[in-house]
Amino acid sequence: MSSSLAALPVIPPFAIFFAGALLAALLRGRARKAVLILAPFVGALFMLRLHSGTTWTMGFLGYELVPLRVDRLSLIFGWLFHLAALIGNVYALHLGKDERAGIQHTSAMLYAGSALGAVFAGDLITLFVFWELLAFTSVFLIWARGSERSLRAGFRYLVVNVLSGVLLLSGALLRAYRTGSIEFGHIGLDGSLAAWLILLAFGIKSGFPLLHNWLTDSYPEATPTGTVFLSAFTTKVAVYALARSFAGTELLLYVGVVMTCFPIFYAVIENDLRRVLSYSMINQIGFMVAGIGIGSALAVNGAVAHAFADVIFKGLLFMTMGAVLHMTGRVNGSDLGGLYKSMPVTATMCIIGAASISAFPLFSAFVTKSMIMSAALEEGHKWLWLPLLFASAGVLEHAGIKIPYFAFFAHDSGIRTKEAPKNMLVAMGVAALVCIAIGIFPGTFLALLPFDVAYVPYTVTHVLTQTQLLVFGILAVAVLIRTGIYPAETPSVNLDFDWTYRRLGAAVVRAVGGGIRTVDLAVRSAVLELVDTGLGFAVRGHGPKGALSRTWPTGSMVLWVAILLGISLFLYL
Amino acid sequence: MSQHLPVLQVVVPLLAAPLAALVRRPRLSWLVAFLAALWAFGVAVALLHHVLSVGPISYHIGDWAPPWGIEYRVDQVNAFVLLIVSGIAAVVLPYARASVEWEIENERIPLFYTALILCMTGLLGISVTGDVFNVFVFLEISSLSAYALIAMGQDRRALTAAYQYLIMGSVGATFIVIGIGLMYVMTGTLNMADLAQRLPAMEANRTIPVAFAFLTVGISLKLALFPLHLWLPNAYAYAPSTVTSFIASTATKVAVYMLLRFVFTVFGAAFSFDVMNIDRILTPLALAAIVFMSLSAIYQPNVKRLLAYSSVAQIGYMVLGISLASVFGVAAGILHLFNHALIKGALFMAMGCVMYRVGSVRIEAMAGLGRTMPFTMAAFVIGGLSLIGVPLTVGFISKLYLVRAALEQGMWPVAVLVLVGSLLAVIYVWKVVEVAYFRQPIGDGSIREAPLSLLLPTWVLVLANIWFGVDAKLTAGVAIRAAQTLLGVGS
Repeated sequence: MSSSLAALPVIPPFAIFFAGALLAALLRGRARKAVLILAPFVGALFMLRLHSGTTWTMGFLGYELVPLRVDRLSLIFGWLFHLAALIGNVYALHLGKDERAGIQHTSAMLYAGSALGAVFAGDLITLFVFWELLAFTSVFLIWARGSERSLRAGFRYLVVNVLSGVLLLSGALLRAYRTGSIEFGHIGLDGSLAAWLILLAFGIKSGFPLLHNWLTDSYPEATPTGTVFLSAFTTKVAVYALARSFAGTELLLYVGVVMTCFPIFYAVIENDLRRVLSYSMINQIGFMVAGIGIGSALAVNGAVAHAFADVIFKGLLFMTMGAVLHMTGRVNGSDLGGLYKSMPVTATMCIIGAASISAFPLFSAFVTKSMIMSAALEEGHKWLWLPLLFASAGVLEHAGIKIPYFAFFAHDSGIRTKEAPKNMLVAMGVAALVCIAIGIFPGTFLALLPFDVAYVPYTVTHVLTQTQLLVFGILAVAVLIRTGIYPAETPSVNLDFDWTYRRLGAAVVRAVGGGIRTVDLAVRSAVLELVDTGLGFAVRGHGPKGALSRTWPTGSMVLWVAILLGISLFLYL
Repeated sequence: MSQHLPVLQVVVPLLAAPLAALVRRPRLSWLVAFLAALWAFGVAVALLHHVLSVGPISYHIGDWAPPWGIEYRVDQVNAFVLLIVSGIAAVVLPYARASVEWEIENERIPLFYTALILCMTGLLGISVTGDVFNVFVFLEISSLSAYALIAMGQDRRALTAAYQYLIMGSVGATFIVIGIGLMYVMTGTLNMADLAQRLPAMEANRTIPVAFAFLTVGISLKLALFPLHLWLPNAYAYAPSTVTSFIASTATKVAVYMLLRFVFTVFGAAFSFDVMNIDRILTPLALAAIVFMSLSAIYQPNVKRLLAYSSVAQIGYMVLGISLASVFGVAAGILHLFNHALIKGALFMAMGCVMYRVGSVRIEAMAGLGRTMPFTMAAFVIGGLSLIGVPLTVGFISKLYLVRAALEQGMWPVAVLVLVGSLLAVIYVWKVVEVAYFRQPIGDGSIREAPLSLLLPTWVLVLANIWFGVDAKLTAGVAIRAAQTLLGVGS
């Protein structure tokens, strides 16, 4: 086995996906489907060839670029992204002859490739290139929805993500200027501007509080299949970058705790179930960020493991909601209900996903989230452990119960439809299997993590605590719904922090812009007046265009030559 | 044969020009022109290879030794410029066949190609020669043929544009010849190397600064330095597509080369920058060009005119690099010379494709072209990204060098203005992209993708934008060595 593997050349994983994207763009029908399914497998085959320590370097403008750097941290994300790409591609197979199928498949492959490029990048410049590619390749998944809303949301998504890239590049260049190194390794907050810029760039992509709005704004506007990809890559690349560069930064601990708590409130009152999942995503990333902030080997392992699990179970939940949207055209809690009759398999999958995200014993998050929680206690962060516990209960409520309840049960909405297409069911099935496999056989999975730390998830205390939490959580929700106190699903718009810059900010800009315009007009007319009278030019009568952009008579062109010659002679003599 | 390369670079195209007129058949004259361009490109590649591996070449016309005879002198700097001019010509000519047949009446096509080859010959001649009067002669050859080429545009305004260019170009050429004359009176020589030796002794004489002023202003006019650029926007906007693609990526570049040659080789960096302080004029004008011309570009309703304004701004970047007078700065200028030729060549050729199918290059005519002409607009987008300076394109390499050169001298505001220029470029490129991709197509849906003979050359340049953006070793290496040669350091 290993000898036949050695015959394979070392190829950076992103290259295989980019080649796949090219094929997906050129081919049609069955051939394209074959490419979509085979590309992740081919990529996985070449992944076997990569070992910790494999690196490629190349010189570029005096910097040492490392387009390929393999270690245990990048490897596990590499495997994760291959798995996510496979699941996503299978989930999207039914697009077939759809008008926008080509662009979605190509974009998804490029997007997955960019994510792989970013995790195997060994220097900040390479990271920057893939960081920006992530934004540019994925925005088509949002635009492909084809609505005016998605077009606008896509633009906002693009602007924020490109801004994050610009911050990253500025930070990287400043850092190179200061330390002479562009290595993508541990950075930490050393008080330099460069480190803050880089942290901010990572923070935007991982959805830090107040920087998170692009995520909840755009993910629900993407196509049913697009959201599955979006949920897998961008934020997880950012988590990976944080784990590599800012592990053990105390600030992240607090940021993470805030991230786990605040989205819960929004998720409870939100009606669009895919937006609920987007908020829930920030909440889950909060656990990872907190783990990275704790910084112990167990905590970072936990953050990485939880990222892995989250891609799969959050993907699974987005897939079930995507299936509902695909079959019924609706995804608002107030419009749905009673779908378990017509979509029993999807409903089952959704419950598995919900159980995983709520950390039921024998499901994936039970293993991974508890690593972070245990690490928090081990490192003596008792007061932060409590909000994390609260957030866990919140997860159960908004993702574990709300999603399946409102979509598949609750009051019968009267919608009768068919079960989702087979490829969707297969993709959901694979994801569900992985969720359960991690929950039941954690040993094999834990061995893949970056640090060697012995951890036993199934202890009596842990199982009991978690079960109690879950049972009482379910009880509470049941009581609330029975008594009618639970916030009903109503079609409404919830104001988040982005109101400040999308409405208030825009109004301020308009007001300020108007002021500047008035001043500008006044200044310009004054200057024109001056030119008009002072130089005696017939500036008027040359049309409405500005003085610099219209056609000048030849005579005045020559005058400029004379003026410049005069100035030159004056300066030289 | 190989020792005659410098003269063959010029003589063969010069002889091909009348041949193209004599054959009188459009296709045949195109073939003559194409072969001449290929020949020139081959010779330029051989010359660059020779210069990089062996060293500068000095060729004596008719075996008359300089400084009495005319010397052709090729070093890293002009070998690079020769490569740009002939390379662009070799890419533009395959493109020209279909485009010219569509834009120009049949009986004038042979004359068109004659003028085109003459223009290329003139530009090559300016670059290759080591004799200042020869520079003037070739300048006139290239300029006169350029006026004729521009006047052949379909738009009636092409005539006035050509007329204005004629007047302004002649003023510039006159200034240059006055400068040359003054130097000749003082030193009695026209050979560049000889001049460089004799001039330092006469620096105190007032005639030399006057000669310097006439030369720099004349050249500034030819390279369209703000505010002497006024002839350029209309000339580029209304000329035939082929002519715009060729001239925009070569003519101003050769003028920038002339500036480099006179400022650094003939007068010397010490005189130009320490005594004359030419940077006091060049730096502010270059910065003004970058900011104001990018702003003007934003408001243009005609995309070719928009790109023309952007060209004036881009020339600002080149002159800015040169005015820094450091190895990095001059290298950035030379690098952008090459890179901008690739960028604008690709963009103007994409606009030629649009012209060919749609018949207009006004912004509103681009509506929906992202769907009806996907390859053309994709070429425009990549060219536009390169113009903005997105990583993995040549534009990024140029800006990186320029910003580094500015920071090296602690000129933070200059670096900021360079980036502001990039932001403005985002706006004017986006204007076109938005209309092309986010608006419904107008008309009866009869617009199709441009033919392959137009698309292939366009994409050659587009791919070159990416190729040299990813692997900048060759271009940046040559630019650094050329800058070292000009400044007389290192190498």
